[in-house]
Amino acid sequence: MRWNRLQLFFTYVVLTIWSVIVLFPIWTLLINSFKPQKQIFKDPFGLPDTFTLDGYREAWNTGRFDLYFINTIIVTVIALGLILFIGSMAAYALAKWKSPVASFLYVFFIAGLMIPIRLGTLDLVRLIKALNLQDTYWSLIPVYVAMGMPIATFVLTAFIKELPGEMFEAAKIDGASEWQVYSRIVLPLMRPAMATVAIFNMIKIWNDFWFPLVFIRAEESRTVALGVSLLFGQYRTDWTRALAVLSLAAVPMLILYVLLAREFIKGLTAGAVKG
Amino acid sequence: MSQTMLNKSGSAGFLNPKNRLTLTWVLFLLPALLVYLTFMAGPLFDSLRLSLYTGEGYNPTEFVGFQNYINLFTNPLWREKFINAFTNTCIFFAIHMLVQNTLGLLFANLLSTDFKGRNFFRTIIFAPATLSVLVVGFLWTLILNPQWGAVNKIFMAMDLKQFALPWLGRENLALPVISLTSVWQWVGMPTVMFLAGLMGISDELLEAARIDGASEWDIFWRIKFPLLKPVIGVVAILTFVDNFNAFDIIYAMAGAKGEPGYSTDLLATLFYRTGIAGEHPVGIPDMGMGAAIATMTFAILMTGVLSWLYFSRKQATE
Repeated sequence: MRWNRLQLFFTYVVLTIWSVIVLFPIWTLLINSFKPQKQIFKDPFGLPDTFTLDGYREAWNTGRFDLYFINTIIVTVIALGLILFIGSMAAYALAKWKSPVASFLYVFFIAGLMIPIRLGTLDLVRLIKALNLQDTYWSLIPVYVAMGMPIATFVLTAFIKELPGEMFEAAKIDGASEWQVYSRIVLPLMRPAMATVAIFNMIKIWNDFWFPLVFIRAEESRTVALGVSLLFGQYRTDWTRALAVLSLAAVPMLILYVLLAREFIKGLTAGAVKG
Repeated sequence: MSQTMLNKSGSAGFLNPKNRLTLTWVLFLLPALLVYLTFMAGPLFDSLRLSLYTGEGYNPTEFVGFQNYINLFTNPLWREKFINAFTNTCIFFAIHMLVQNTLGLLFANLLSTDFKGRNFFRTIIFAPATLSVLVVGFLWTLILNPQWGAVNKIFMAMDLKQFALPWLGRENLALPVISLTSVWQWVGMPTVMFLAGLMGISDELLEAARIDGASEWDIFWRIKFPLLKPVIGVVAILTFVDNFNAFDIIYAMAGAKGEPGYSTDLLATLFYRTGIAGEHPVGIPDMGMGAAIATMTFAILMTGVLSWLYFSRKQATE
């Protein structure tokens, strides 16, 4: 009994210390983005004396953050839609087609989980140029869709394989085609697994910096991550603005996370839990 | 795309049912396969081919065989850069392996017991993983900045003046500090995976051990740890793949050159400077050499992943 108390005490101490280590930088970020420069230096951890939105105003107007947000949302939404649609179709075939071809393709797809697509960047740069997509955010979409295929086929195939087989048989006896079975029966049942795949890819795509850095220069095509890196360089001496830029990039994901923590955790660890 | 149309149309009528079914599956797989082949598998394999060529800009056309590799390993200039980046990547990975995964195991072990606020702590530990690596990197450069010195102010207040250092400015400090920043961000991943593994261990087993008088320490090392081995394997290989490929955190905290003095240069930053951005003073990307560096990284990853697969299979059959 005594030992248990001690153990509980230890648990709280360790976890509280780590929580402070996690929350302190985030607190410092948010709180200082509302302070004028002088106060940031004088009192980095307190609440603002004079509350200012200058940093945000500047980042929003001169930095065109509105545009970066719209671009990132367009890329993320289209890429996610395509990943879920063609990924779930492929997963259905991989789960139900009894053939060595299907087994081979399954391994071929999930091999991508272990091999970062970045290593093929040089060839992708040439490909994007050949397709005349350089400097547009459209160039990002096919790359992200390809990048999403391994996790989508991995999670969704496993999910379909666990669905009871009688369901499919019954539908086929009633004369349904594979397409009908997929679109009317499997797709609606797959929602929880689709959510996992969607969150996993959403975080990756939203936060991706590498491909915008390599493919995009033009202001009108920038994503949030690329915008942050360029603005941060520009504002290095203006801390209010620099912190406002970082807050703008961090807050949307943090809010979503607070609302959907369970799904986020499940999504981000999806690649590993069943491996 | 519509399957019903194809099945009913006369043009597919000559197929017997079995072939028609095969055709159906092929059509289901085709879009995913096309995108995956064109934008992932293709470029990866073409990078191998590209590494055998040389030439400036985006179209290396001159075939040079293994000359890029020979240069990479025998030209002292390249060899020094490559070995430096490789060593740094190994250190970066080792710090994650040791610190991140040990902390993850500790947190998971604490979180696996039932107490008030468990979910709250789990949510906080995982939170940084949802942020952009770039944002995390920039944020910590500000916090560690000696001019502002949020961290250094805390050390001063605690009367630990000797710890108020230019954390990112010293060659022997920058890489460990950046690695620890990355650990700060990602420790939630192993925590959650280990936690899932620990939840799978039956309570009766642990209870029985406790009744027999085993200490928590013994229970951890004699029961939990051996049962967690498969999860530890998965965590290890993910840590390996993720960190041998890290770029954003270095770019944000030390720039593309891995400052100070290339002391934080990783394989990915070397790859970026060589193949994409172009190295000072020429400023022209050398795609052939870049592809050679990418291929070497690929080879290192494959060696790691395949030996992991081999050993985990062997262990599973024993």
